[in-house]
Amino acid sequence: MEKHISSQFDADLTNVSSRVLELGGLVESQTRHAVYALAQFSLEVADQVIATEKQVNTLEVEIDAELATIIARRQPTARDLRLLMAISKITGNLERAGDEAERIARMVKKILEQGSPRNLPSSELRIASDLASGLLRKALDAFARLDVSTALVILKEDDLIDAEFNGFVRKLITYMMEDPRTISASLDLLFVAKAIERIGDHAKNIAEFVIYVVKGSDVRHTALTEIEKAVR
Amino acid sequence: MPNSSSLPLKNAIEIRNLNFFYGTFKGLKNVNLDIAENKVTAFIGPSGCGKSTLLRTLNRMYSLYPGQRAEGQINFYGQNILDAKQDLNLLRARVGMVFQKPTPFPMSIYDNIAFGIRLYENLSRADMDERVEWALSKAAIWNEVKDKLGQSGLSLSGGQQQRLCIARSVAVKPSVILLDEPTSALDPISTAKVEELVSELKKDYTVAIVTHNMQQAARVSDFTAYMYLGELMEFGQTEQIFMKPARQETEDYITGRFG
Repeated sequence: MEKHISSQFDADLTNVSSRVLELGGLVESQTRHAVYALAQFSLEVADQVIATEKQVNTLEVEIDAELATIIARRQPTARDLRLLMAISKITGNLERAGDEAERIARMVKKILEQGSPRNLPSSELRIASDLASGLLRKALDAFARLDVSTALVILKEDDLIDAEFNGFVRKLITYMMEDPRTISASLDLLFVAKAIERIGDHAKNIAEFVIYVVKGSDVRHTALTEIEKAVR
Repeated sequence: MPNSSSLPLKNAIEIRNLNFFYGTFKGLKNVNLDIAENKVTAFIGPSGCGKSTLLRTLNRMYSLYPGQRAEGQINFYGQNILDAKQDLNLLRARVGMVFQKPTPFPMSIYDNIAFGIRLYENLSRADMDERVEWALSKAAIWNEVKDKLGQSGLSLSGGQQQRLCIARSVAVKPSVILLDEPTSALDPISTAKVEELVSELKKDYTVAIVTHNMQQAARVSDFTAYMYLGELMEFGQTEQIFMKPARQETEDYITGRFG
């Protein structure tokens, strides 16, 4: 992509993009830490995740302000406008992914504080959570390089998380049927699993916006086969 | 805008294989373009790209200058206006033009409007009064000048003068109005008034506008043509041109990456 005649415009766009990546890095580490806290029953790490939320919120607000300033000063069009629209949406998705991570951390604290049985299959959330944080990282990578092919891979991989989630739910049901005393803790874990699944969805949304920036096609709510046709 | 694509559009002007020469220099290269009736079509592009040249072919303004000639066809409701037999005065009454700098005649506001009408029509005093009021109202300036119709057109502000000129071209009831950078000499408020007027005018007229201000094209036009070095690079619905242009050259220009 050629540079703008106005080097300040280029600098503004680069700057706001790197703020998004900064936000993305925070949320990604929040996600990984939340899952670590769950696996290791670590109150300390859970507290860290919750504390990071403030930083995430501040960054979101700052990025939105920068976007508004660029739009007001530059009246962007075409790809520039799509980039700014996408950044606004991506920021929203990242912030919500951060909320999910925080939700997981709070759930971990609750499970720990209640001294719930540790024989539940919480470690099995590992696969799904690794998938989710990996997907988030990939989505940020796709955004940083405006790489459509990586974005397409993400759309496909999100289905894996959904499959993991469904499998986990079935497993929890088995536990609950075998021992009704685990129902309360199982429900907590169910919420955690749901939060992980939502993080995967946010990563997928980000990937869709990468396609929007590069190709100009809005591929939200579109079947994968259609998307592949649109970006060809 | 989404509706405009679903309605079958009628073309006021169809340009076919148009080439234009300033002496030996080729100013327009094989331009093909339709200008839809009752729509605003904007021409954008860097200086010297041919957008004003193209506009000036539409009422053969170039015929005033020796050594300038056009080849090809410009069909105005089916009639090729490049035909040697074309009556130029009649053409310019039907295809009116407003220029970059306001050009009021050095006469009263009333006579600025009446002057052109008298060339084509013989109206009674009452009918003329009515027509002058109608034209000034169409150009959204009636309320500002109705109490000083006898004053010189030159006494008005730049923005008012430009609307007076638009009223003057509207007065002879053209079907197409050509605007050649109509707001480049105006302040933002006057510009906004002229832009508002353009959206009003398209209810009754077909409008073609040349503008250096891309945001203006984005605001007022239904269709946008991007020109470069005498060629029509891209033409499409304004929304599409500004959100998702098909050509890289168009994108570079409208996003300010040009040059």
